[in-house]
Amino acid sequence: MSEGVVLLASLQPTLAAIESATPITFTPRSGPTQVILEVPGQDYVALVTAVRDAGYETFIDLCGVDHLGRDPRFDVVVNLLSVEHRERVLIKVGVENDDPTIPTISEIYAGANFYERETWDLFGIVFEGHPDLTRLLMPDEWEGHPLRKDFGLGSIPVEFKATR
Amino acid sequence: MSGDTGKDKPAQKPPSPAAPSLPPTEGDTGGRDKASLSASERRRTHDLWVAGTEEPEWVATATDEGAQEILPADIDPAVAGQRGVAVLDDYVSDSTVSPEERQILNLGPQHPATHGVLRLQLEMEGETIRRVKPIIGYLHTGMEKTAETLTYMQGGTNVTRMDYLAPLHNELCFSLAVEQLLDVEIPERAAAIRILMTELNRVSSHLLWIATFGLDIGALSMMLYAWREREAVLAFFEAVTGLRMNHHYIRPGGVAADLPAGWEDEVEEIIEVVRRGLEDYETLLNENPIFVERTHGVGVITPAEARAYGVTGANARAAGIDYDVRKIFPYSGIDQYEFEVVTGSHGDAYDRYEVRMGEMRQSLSIVEQVLETMPPGDYRSEDRKVTPPPRQRIDESMEALIHHFKIFTSGFDVPEGEVYQAVESPRGELGMHLVSKGGPKPWRLHVRAPSFAIVQALPVMLTDLMVADVIATLASVDPVLGDVDR
Repeated sequence: MSEGVVLLASLQPTLAAIESATPITFTPRSGPTQVILEVPGQDYVALVTAVRDAGYETFIDLCGVDHLGRDPRFDVVVNLLSVEHRERVLIKVGVENDDPTIPTISEIYAGANFYERETWDLFGIVFEGHPDLTRLLMPDEWEGHPLRKDFGLGSIPVEFKATR
Repeated sequence: MSGDTGKDKPAQKPPSPAAPSLPPTEGDTGGRDKASLSASERRRTHDLWVAGTEEPEWVATATDEGAQEILPADIDPAVAGQRGVAVLDDYVSDSTVSPEERQILNLGPQHPATHGVLRLQLEMEGETIRRVKPIIGYLHTGMEKTAETLTYMQGGTNVTRMDYLAPLHNELCFSLAVEQLLDVEIPERAAAIRILMTELNRVSSHLLWIATFGLDIGALSMMLYAWREREAVLAFFEAVTGLRMNHHYIRPGGVAADLPAGWEDEVEEIIEVVRRGLEDYETLLNENPIFVERTHGVGVITPAEARAYGVTGANARAAGIDYDVRKIFPYSGIDQYEFEVVTGSHGDAYDRYEVRMGEMRQSLSIVEQVLETMPPGDYRSEDRKVTPPPRQRIDESMEALIHHFKIFTSGFDVPEGEVYQAVESPRGELGMHLVSKGGPKPWRLHVRAPSFAIVQALPVMLTDLMVADVIATLASVDPVLGDVDR
């Protein structure tokens, strides 16, 4: 899988431009087929904005990952695409367990809206400034966030009285 | 248990759900707090009340909108989310209409034209839609959580049920992601079979789409014809995989079985039948004034909006975005075959129809090329840690028996890593974000569902249209709710 190296090489000018234009800290590294930029929480929005301005206009994905027992506990992975550069970039930001809050990017990418709601719903990560952070997939009255690793599988007894 | 009657229920009913013992829901600590609820309180939400019988207390609040209420216009996410991006706010309010004339119309979740269980809250001014809020989750079955409890060998049976009209694409995406982490080489024949099957799947999915699209906007006969051709593809799938859907045919390491004898003739017949069918559909639809009137300029999405909302696939290509995963991030050797990326220019329902018709022709051409160049060889990897040994080896070799037993009981270990793999499903970019921490089960499998992005972008396409256009737009963007909710 030599694709990863090629991708990183062709992204270098973009990364250099971002680094020189704004004081953002991030660590680029090459995954099997894509570039992953790891960024601390305070520079997250600035990096997403800079990457969008560099031509990564297509919002592809945003998801949470729960690394139970690690510090920070959660990762939020944003996946952006540039059709023009034919490149994909993943931006990864750590989220603490004590205060699972990161700023929203739904004002930068309109498409992040539902993905952030889904991540809040399933992981309990709060996206500060989100216009409508409500349950998306789970029922409104659900308690807890089921994709967290400490949320057991379990089962709920369902009884249909009227059909008995 | 059977002695209990429904009438006892209200008497046992505990205080309202907002009991002080419950923690606030916003940003709570997660975990399950179910233990703190009494047994009857837990059951409350799962009771069924049949109309005509005595109405229990909880019914009065059971049908309120809860958190899903349509928001005031100034903080409506469909509008608020557009601020600051290159998306035009096309919300135009008619000041001559008094607020009393605005009404909320709920479309779905049980409406037959919503292609599953999608619910749209429409704010109407007379016949005109002013705001839309899509509400999803009715088909959420926690498949991402389930994936964490299944081995990589079993995982295919789970992912294949997500987008049930393109099961082979789900399997392919999952297998490619696992193979990237495993770093196993796939034989050429296996890769060619995967392309053959997924491209045929694209044809069958688009055929179902044209059938239901025609049905939804009044061209009833389309359903009969397109379903007839789709049947030929499904019969071939059944001959190869044993099932018409949910195949679990493409697996990490290759495919489950080689193509049956005489598959070439069957595929040739499918190509001929579908090509003839496509011509028939075009005679039926292209000049049909009702079809043209109902699709031209309906449900328009601009390229900038499509990018910001992550709309991919045929819907983005209809808007003129030249993006196809098969061209830009080729997988499974698809770059060996010649095909064109079909694009439109208007981004409306009619262009989506033309793009999908063109895509079916391109897929058939790819299938034709696979047919001519199908390489000989094995249909799965020889790596015995990943694929089971052939049946006859099990009788001869102790080692083969052990490998077989290990794969089907504990599964195989996948090295630590994190990978995003995308394929071009009939609905757009289907991606899987797979996190492995070693061991035989994924740590996390996130599915980037193309339909999810499409449903989110519906408000952009629907505002300021008439209510009848909702059906045409919804049918034209082809969402699969199993894919949306997972």
